[in-house]
This record gives sequence, structure tokens and C-alpha cells, in this order.
Amino acid sequence: MSIDKVWVLAEISGGNPVSTSLELLTKAREMGSVVEAVSWGPDVAKTVGQLGNFGVTTVYDIGDTGDALPGAPVAAAIAGLVKSGNRPDVMLIPTTYDGRDVAGRLSAMLDLPVITNVVGLEVEGDEVRSEHGLFGGAKVARARLSGERPWIFVVRAKSFAAEPSPGAAPQVTSVEVPDIGARNTAKVLARHVEEQSGPKLDEADVVVSGGRGLGGAEHYAMIEELAKLLKGAAGASRAIVDAGWVPYSHQVGQTGKTVKPTLYIACGISGATQHLVGMKGSKNIVAINKDKDAPIFSVADLGVVGDVNKVVPKLIEALKARG
Amino acid sequence: MNVVVCVKQIPDPAAPGALDPETKTLVRQGKLILDDSDAYGVEMGLQLAEQAGGGEVTLVSMAPNNETSGLRTALAMGAAKAILVSDDALRGSDALATAKVLAKAIERAAPDLVIAATESTDGYTGTTPVQVAELLGMPSVTFAKKVSLSDGTVHVERQTEAGYDEVVCPLPAVVTVTAGVVEPRYPSFKGIMAAKSKPVDQLTVSDLGIDAALVGQAGARQEVTEVADAEARSAGEVVVDEGDAHQNIIRFLEQLKLI
Ligand SMILES: Cc1cc2nc3c(=O)[nH]c(=O)nc-3n(C[C@H](O)[C@H](O)[C@H](O)COP(=O)(O)OP(=O)(O)OC[C@H]3O[C@@H](n4cnc5c(N)ncnc54)[C@H](O)[C@@H]3O)c2cc1C
Repeated sequence: MSIDKVWVLAEISGGNPVSTSLELLTKAREMGSVVEAVSWGPDVAKTVGQLGNFGVTTVYDIGDTGDALPGAPVAAAIAGLVKSGNRPDVMLIPTTYDGRDVAGRLSAMLDLPVITNVVGLEVEGDEVRSEHGLFGGAKVARARLSGERPWIFVVRAKSFAAEPSPGAAPQVTSVEVPDIGARNTAKVLARHVEEQSGPKLDEADVVVSGGRGLGGAEHYAMIEELAKLLKGAAGASRAIVDAGWVPYSHQVGQTGKTVKPTLYIACGISGATQHLVGMKGSKNIVAINKDKDAPIFSVADLGVVGDVNKVVPKLIEALKARG
Repeated sequence: MNVVVCVKQIPDPAAPGALDPETKTLVRQGKLILDDSDAYGVEMGLQLAEQAGGGEVTLVSMAPNNETSGLRTALAMGAAKAILVSDDALRGSDALATAKVLAKAIERAAPDLVIAATESTDGYTGTTPVQVAELLGMPSVTFAKKVSLSDGTVHVERQTEAGYDEVVCPLPAVVTVTAGVVEPRYPSFKGIMAAKSKPVDQLTVSDLGIDAALVGQAGARQEVTEVADAEARSAGEVVVDEGDAHQNIIRFLEQLKLI
């Protein structure tokens, strides 16, 4: 049985499909002959045109889930569709907070396995081969699912490029959320959005990140200043996020954001595998670390063995002097 | 207030890498330790039970070889008892099969709240707790960076792409916590001694009424065909700062036409 229909969970943020969903739609076109999207929230109607531009022929609109935490109701709506006989061969889900919730729920509702942390997908005959990270990304496992479909994959950001493929306007089909009782009782009371200036971390052309080697929260300001001078975004290792120096939204790595900028500058970051997995796809990497044996140097195109609190201020001064 | 904390016992991440060449699954032989990611959940569970003015923390774990050393660490922190599901048939279980086993074991403790880490350090699939919630018919709140309880409701600050959401959820519920949610205590000497005699209820798959053909290698519907080292980047030029290494960075930025 060949791969025919591929569904992509199209998550919407700020009125647009998130970039990982667009990457997955691009991959889905290569994998199957029919690409359909499943989406929810108040803004689905606004994104239908964009989804059509990525080759989607049908959008399943779950509608506004209101203040419900989306994982359970969205998964229940998808499971309802599948159980009614509308069964895709493959379901692709972005590695986002809500995406992971949907994937876990859906897997248990359909009693089907799910492969997470996927970074590669290839159709071979009637099978799908996936690649996913192990040990914080130090190793890559190739796997295949067999048996009942849909085969569910949760895919990491930036595993594939997003390319539009304009087509006709998709058909929109509304989907009901079935009553799932207590499962759907988690409610969002309020959303707190941290102020952000400059480009978004996962879209910036330059990312400057700081780690515990900075020596204190007060030194993070120079990371932000350097990022600003280079028109980039400021990132962080988990160590300093956990320590409360910077908000979580700055974290790069396995449990943070995946970035692939033209240039990544790691300042006082050791280079643990869980950090590397989020940034080693960068085109160029510069590392500043006082320990010449720090693992970060093994991925750096330019490594500076030195004190960040000396090198970075001089770098900032030199950049300012150039105007 | 009965809290179940799901904990995983894993090979020391400082010496990882072992995969069974036959089954391509993580080898969990030898001494296992408490997954560091789970220490946060144990601490959170202890604090919440204390604040609720009573009740206890029960650990639930699944391991193929009757391993208890990681559980003893969590018992030494203050958990009251543990349920360990250990069975040869579990070797090679995928995330959903693991969730089925954990859910059955958790039911026995009749918890008001189930806590787990957002993901384990070794396998890090990150789906098991939500699968457990679904199997138990409970709501779930993932990625908690702050947790509190009041009137049968759990309040969570949940990480999001842009900041955090305030989420409320009636009990019983499953909550997954991130590192940094609380500062885990170190087991005291007294705690370590007490842990030796705390009950660890060891169960097999059939004790839980689960068909052995549905778990482990037998029940796995995903087959790992190959495991390879991740594509390595090669190291480039390294300079030692003698006061002007920032100039090397400037030249590099010029080459990239970023300045
Ligand atoms: C399940 C799991 C998920 C994880 N997810 C992530 C993730 O998403 N992102 C992430 O980053 N980590 C993650 N980690 C944590 C990761 O393993 C590391 O602990 C973390 O990346 C270390 O951060 P760091 O490099 O800032 O700190 P450290 O490892 O403490 O390194 C500090 C570095 O700074 C250097 N240094 C010290 N002083 C100076 C100075 N004056 N000048 C220059 N250099 C100096 C030191 O030589 C050292 O190399 C995860 C771990 C687990 C178990």
C-alpha cells in the first residue's frame, strides 16, 4: 500500500501558520499525492490561502477551542475523523508545545505509536523511514513504523526547507470536538507574552548566545548588545535559563529552540549535546570559551580560547567604532 | 493529597552511548541512576504534599531488570514508597507501551496528582506523560515552570514559545515539570538510611493484567533499523586570546559580509 494521503498539523500563531508546519507541508508534498491540513483556533479562515499556497487541498477546521488547552480537544477531533474512516497514511506534527500534547493524546486515542524528535523522513516504496535523535542528538536512529496507519511523526523545527507550491484554494471542512469529559478540563486563564525587540530567535540571521561562563545575570546585557549590533537575536543555554538569568524563550537546544542562522556566536557555553542539537545546523559558528577543551570548539569554525568578559566588550567596542 | 511521581532510572548520562546491537534499544544494564530530570518532579511532589498538609508521594517506575538504585535516591529525598514494574517482557517497549504499563501501576496508588518530567534525559520522546493522562482519562498540563494547588485545582505556569500561560485544571490531573521548577533537595544521611526500609512494590506485567505480547519488543510497532553517530561538524581555526582575538572575529564577520 503506497503512501497516498499525508496530514499536517497546521498550528497557527499570531494569525499565521507556524514555520515548522510550512516545512512539514513542503515535505508532505514530496511524500504523498494528497496533502491536507488540520488546524484550530479563531484564525483558521485567515490562513486557508497560505495553506493552499503550500499545496493543501483540504483544511480540516476544528474551530476555536476557546480557553481550553488545545492538546486534548484537538487530538480528540482528529481521532474522531480517523475513526469515522478518513484515515491518512502519515500524520506530521511539529515539535511545539501544543504539537507534542496533540501527538501524545492522539497516539493513545488511536492506540498507535508515535516517533518523536524526527529530523529526516524518506518514503521507500510502501514504507516511511524516519531519522530521530538519541542521547540528546549525539546519535541518529533510523526507524520505520509498520502496521496500522496513520504513522505519526513529531518533527523538529528546520528539519526541512519550506517552499510554497501555489495551487487552488483549499476546501474547508469543519470538524467537531467530541465530548471527552475530564480530559478536556485544562483551561488557559491568561497568556503572558514576553517583550521582544529585534528579530525572532528562530528567524534571525545572527544569533548571539550566552551561557554560564558569563559569570552572572548582569553580564547578559553584553550578549544583547552584541546581538543588537549585528541585527541578530540573543539566545541562551539552559543552564542560565534554569538559573533565572534570562526567560525561557531565549533557550536554544533540545528543549528550547532550533536555530540555523548564518552565524551563531556561543559565549561561555560548554557545548553539551543538548545545546548542540539546537544550533549545530548554523552555517557558521564562532565560540568563545576559556577552556580550550570545551566541546563547543569541535563544532566551531572560529574558536577563541579566552575570557568572554574580555573578548566580548572589545568586540562590541570595535563594532561601535566602525559605526 | 496523594501524589504519584513517575521516575525513570537511566544509565549515567556521563557514560552514555550503549545500544544493544541486536535490538537497537538503549541498554539499561548495570547500575542505573535516577534521571536528573525527575529529581525536580520528586521535589515538587514532596513540596505540594507538604503544603496540602498531609498525604504522601508514591514513585512509579518501569525498568527491565528489577533496578532500584535510582528509586532509593528518590525515596531518600522523602518519597514514602515505590511501585516498580519490572519484567523481561518490557525490554524494548515504545513510549505508548510504557505509558500503558505506567498507567496501570499509577491506578493502584489512586493519586490526586501525577507528576512527571517533560522528557527523560536518555530517550526524550516527551510523549509518555500525555499518553498516561489519556489512558487514565485525566487532563494534563505539560511544561510547568511553576505549580501550586488550591481547592482541588492545580495552577500551572506553562512555558510557551513567547512566554508562559497561566493554566488551571481540576484534580486528578497529570502535570509535567521542567528543570528549574524547584530546587531539588539533596538526600540527608537520615533520609538515605530510612530509604533502605521503605516499601518497593515489585510487579510484573501479568500482575497488572497486561498482555505481554502488547509490550516490549513483541508489541513494538516501530523498528529501529540503524543507529549512527550524528553528522559531525569539523572544528575550524582556534585562536588563543592574547588581547586582540576580537579582531579575528571582526575579520570573520567581514568575510561573511555581516558587517
Ligand atoms: C533532558 C535535557 C534537556 C536539555 N536541554 C537543553 C537545551 O535545550 N539547551 C541547553 O543549552 N541545554 C540543555 N540541557 C542542558 C545541557 O546538558 C547543559 O547542562 C547546558 O547546556 C550547559 O549550559 P552552559 O554551557 O551554559 O553551562 P556549563 O556547561 O556550565 O558551561 C559553561 C562554560 O563556560 C566556560 N566559561 C566559564 N567561565 C568563562 C569565562 N570567563 N570566559 C569564557 N568561558 C567561560 C566554561 O569553560 C564552560 O565550558 C539539557 C539537559 C537535559 C538532561
